[in-house]
Amino acid sequence: MKRRDFIQKTAASTALVGLGLSFSSFESAKTSHLTVLHTNDVHSYIDPFPPNHPKNPNMGGVARRAALIDSIRQENSNVLLLDAGDIFQGTPYFNYYGGELELKLMSMMKYDLATLGNHDFDNGIDGFYSQMHNANFDFVSANYNFDNTVLHGIVKPYKIFYKNGIKIGVFGLGVELAGLVDKKNYKETVYSNPVEASQDMVRILKQEQKCDLIICLSHIGYQYKNEPDKICDLKLAALTKDIDLIIGGHTHTFLDKPTIVKNADGKDVLVNQAGCYGVNLGRIDFYFDNDKSKIANGKSIIV
Amino acid sequence: MVNLKNYNAFLQRFVIFLTFALLVSCGGQQMYVTKIEGKDIGITDKNKEVIAIEEFIKPYRATIDKDLNTVLAYSPQTLDKSGQWQTPMGNLLADITLQRSNLIFNAREKKTIAICLLNHGGIRSIIPKGNVTTRTAFEIQPFENTTQVIGLKGEQILEITQYIIKEKKPHPLSGMTFTIDKDNVAQNILVQGKPLENDKIYYVVTSDYLVNGGDNMLFFKKGVEKYDLDYKLRNIIIDYFKEVDTIPLITDKRISVD
Repeated sequence: MKRRDFIQKTAASTALVGLGLSFSSFESAKTSHLTVLHTNDVHSYIDPFPPNHPKNPNMGGVARRAALIDSIRQENSNVLLLDAGDIFQGTPYFNYYGGELELKLMSMMKYDLATLGNHDFDNGIDGFYSQMHNANFDFVSANYNFDNTVLHGIVKPYKIFYKNGIKIGVFGLGVELAGLVDKKNYKETVYSNPVEASQDMVRILKQEQKCDLIICLSHIGYQYKNEPDKICDLKLAALTKDIDLIIGGHTHTFLDKPTIVKNADGKDVLVNQAGCYGVNLGRIDFYFDNDKSKIANGKSIIV
Repeated sequence: MVNLKNYNAFLQRFVIFLTFALLVSCGGQQMYVTKIEGKDIGITDKNKEVIAIEEFIKPYRATIDKDLNTVLAYSPQTLDKSGQWQTPMGNLLADITLQRSNLIFNAREKKTIAICLLNHGGIRSIIPKGNVTTRTAFEIQPFENTTQVIGLKGEQILEITQYIIKEKKPHPLSGMTFTIDKDNVAQNILVQGKPLENDKIYYVVTSDYLVNGGDNMLFFKKGVEKYDLDYKLRNIIIDYFKEVDTIPLITDKRISVD
């Protein structure tokens, strides 16, 4: 058979199959399992804490994290590996190499996506830009407008992933920069309200893109007890809808288990944060089914 | 030739299969979450290591270790930054920043800095009990921030007390003391042991981050004089560690509640 014939015949069969399918129903049962792994505020901690460290003895370490991630990938190949910001700053690795090693190691571990934390501006927005070629994953932020900066067109608001028939939309959120980051470092980056940015994102990701799952990768902080009016992950979860999971950072919060919050529609949102310095790896497993009746009594959340 | 034909037939079926799979997944068929499980997994020495990652890190680490593992001093106890209004860690950092900045300021400007105010959030690590190295200084102060001296009127010194009382954080403070009364107002404000004078100019040393509006310490914007010392906060700590043998535990009260 000549190649051209092959293509033509295949195209014909495809059309036929397509036609046939459009009349048949999609009743066949389909399930899927997605594992979301996440870190936040790793702050250039690459080596494990020493055995005599008073707070986190023997904890953390990138080589160990990589092994843990590998073993989870063996278990389930449908993994999304995310970081919620503040990758930079905290050990001499950053002072000496400006973030090169952090991003190269995250690329080796096959991170899929990250958002920017305030400390990722510590060598200026130009310092961040100059290291981006070391990352083979993207950064997202929906409430930082980078139009008048070097990151224009590079950092997008969201990214969509397809994993084993599941369409996942992930968008990023950053903390207010004024008063936290020196203006000479963030330059013309414009911060906007995380709640409004999230509402825009879920409209795009849920209604237009019809994602099966929406994840918010946030560096706005888990909760501020002394500043009850300040926006945080717990408030964001309650004020929005259609977000399934908020992966947080900034406040270095160690949680005994992920927090369940009722959103504006009365539905459950999961909020998690994995402490800091690579001491913990967050793991959230989602099980999907195409049979809507299975969720008639609500989804079960085991935390 | 026969084999090739079979292969093509197989390929053809395979493409049809792929097309079918694609149609199912792109057919807008909604998938519903039925179950979620969530937890944080601690990373400990029980975890194996990926050798390739460890090997990749090695040369980077070796370069840094050569510089930073020099022992500079000894700390008989762990110094921590957690506490109510002041902490031994904050006291130490504010005291040494005031002392060492004055060495430069006295020589250059023939003036004396009265107060040091830093920010609690700027202390990034503890001083663990045991040997203190250059690395310890990098962990406490990883930022490249430098010291600046701002001339503030007495009025702005009063604003500093209001800021600290409102923030309820143990921001490192040296050279000044006050008490907080039952109405949350500062009383008995003393600068270098003398009562605060409204019209006097006081020299306050702090970091460029705070002068530029960091942590909303906006009183620094009202400064009437400004001097850049070009002295990194980290280098102040390193120079101090080189100078002393034993790190002291400084527990005197700068801020107290009536």
